[in-house]
Amino acid sequence: MKKYSGYLIALGLLMLAPTMIYPVFLMKLLCFALFASAFNLILGYGGLLSFGHAAFFGGASYITGHALKVWGLPTELGILFGAAVAGLMGLAIGMLAIRRHGIYFAMITLAMAQMAYFLFVSSPFTGGENGLQGVPRGTALGMIDLQNDMSMYYFVLAIFVIGFLIIARTVHSPFGQVLSAIRDNEDRARSLGYDIERYKLLAFVISATLAGLAGGTKTVVFQLASLTDVHWHMSGEVVLMTLLGGLGTIAGPAVGAGIIITLQNYLASGPLAAWVPVVLGVIFVICVLAFRRGVVGELRELIKRQF
Amino acid sequence: MLTDLLGFPPQVLFGQLLLGLINGAFYAVLSLGLAVIFGLLNIVNFAHGALYMLGAFATLGLMKFLGIGYWGALILAPLVVGIVGIVIERLLLRRLAGVDHLYGLLLTFGLALVLEGTFVKLFGASGIPYSPPEQLQGGVNLGFMFLPWYRGWVVVASLIVCAATWYLFERTKIGAYLRAGTENPRLLQAFGVNVPLLTTLAYGYGVALAAFAGVLAAPITQVNPLMGSNLIIVVFAVVVIGGMGSIVGAVVTGLAMGVIEGLTKVFWPEASSTVIFLVMAIVLVLRPAGLFGKAA
Repeated sequence: MKKYSGYLIALGLLMLAPTMIYPVFLMKLLCFALFASAFNLILGYGGLLSFGHAAFFGGASYITGHALKVWGLPTELGILFGAAVAGLMGLAIGMLAIRRHGIYFAMITLAMAQMAYFLFVSSPFTGGENGLQGVPRGTALGMIDLQNDMSMYYFVLAIFVIGFLIIARTVHSPFGQVLSAIRDNEDRARSLGYDIERYKLLAFVISATLAGLAGGTKTVVFQLASLTDVHWHMSGEVVLMTLLGGLGTIAGPAVGAGIIITLQNYLASGPLAAWVPVVLGVIFVICVLAFRRGVVGELRELIKRQF
Repeated sequence: MLTDLLGFPPQVLFGQLLLGLINGAFYAVLSLGLAVIFGLLNIVNFAHGALYMLGAFATLGLMKFLGIGYWGALILAPLVVGIVGIVIERLLLRRLAGVDHLYGLLLTFGLALVLEGTFVKLFGASGIPYSPPEQLQGGVNLGFMFLPWYRGWVVVASLIVCAATWYLFERTKIGAYLRAGTENPRLLQAFGVNVPLLTTLAYGYGVALAAFAGVLAAPITQVNPLMGSNLIIVVFAVVVIGGMGSIVGAVVTGLAMGVIEGLTKVFWPEASSTVIFLVMAIVLVLRPAGLFGKAA
């Protein structure tokens, strides 16, 4: 029980948080925390640097928006549909990308995501530069009105917790152990008889699906799907969140997302608003040079040394 | 007078072909620079597009502050940006020796954000025009198309630089060192060659190539802080298609992709922004190691 006490405290704080903090901000934070945690599955545990996760996040964001606005699907189904489509995109892109290793993997995912970006820009259903506006929030389970920010918040929190549990379960499952083994030594894992391509692909699809879950939820919260969600800057941001929080740690990406989103919110209203990309770039450089374990990774190391 | 080819007036077809060739020349020079850097540093230089942009801004700056025109900039801008590259390598990239290669990509990505963000803040996101040198203004009517001198020059100059790079790598002593450094840096070091210096020079040279492309691009595309940011992704796709193993491979792939893109603009304009990514996907299915790559 002690092992989970930290998470239970965190959950308790998240339950109470909207009484003190603006719920829309918290919802944004939860969506990105889920996005980064999903991304961590492939980078932190699979050792594969995807530079194309914006395609899944933003793609699902458009699909969910379209499903809710034009088809009138119930909110939960719309989000699930967006996540499913993101999973299929993950399958297609993943099948191509796992054919190469290391930096080529990063370049392929980036290029494929850029292709997806162009397709979304030119498709009429996305609204191009204007994005998909006025997506209805609808109701949760057909009875709870999500127009209310408070009920919307608990709906998002539920999605986040489910997504987070799936990720934690995956990481600690035999599948996750094999995935980490592949990350640490691919040849050895192969020689032990594991079909590493299948493991990588499945991890990629799970990661893409959950990134889609986050993207679809974000659309419902803001009632908007836009080009920023699918642009490659978004792929870079999620890498940064994960790196800053701590690669290959369960809680790290959520912490990293919290820091980055808070920082962006804080900067956006100040005189430094136009410098946000520069600030992110500087954090990137510092993280890579001096802080590769990330916040949670460093803390863990510190605790290890203390006891 | 030629008749219409496949229902398209020859001016349109050849015009797009020339544009494609120019883009291809940029792809070739940029992917060549990436290959040089990757060979010695094992880093994919995400800042390549930003440094290409820096080359174009250096051209502007040389004109504005020192009164140095295009021809001077063609030599000086790559030199200046190359020195910036050397500083980047010495101060930052060097510290990543021995850690996973992915961190090099992330570090240079951060650098690209910093460079591009700073220039957008200082100069705005709209383009600043730069006129081609007097000697290359105007053009010639070839009968089937109009060839602006400057555009012809861009293709020729790029090919000259690529050929010079090939000569440097394949026919000179320092080229032999560079190839040996790609193959086995530790052994080369044991033979008494200063490998860290070689690595720094390789990064500087790769960056200078990017800046050279930036100077060539300045009169064509206007000088814009974000001119390199989408380009670099296409160049990555070109690198995946061609592989980073050979100089000739990088140049041929670059030019070919430019031409394919140009032709797509004629026959199927909607697909022109995605066609190179599509080619990449097909190549990955048929020949995963890339057209010129050895199985990795």
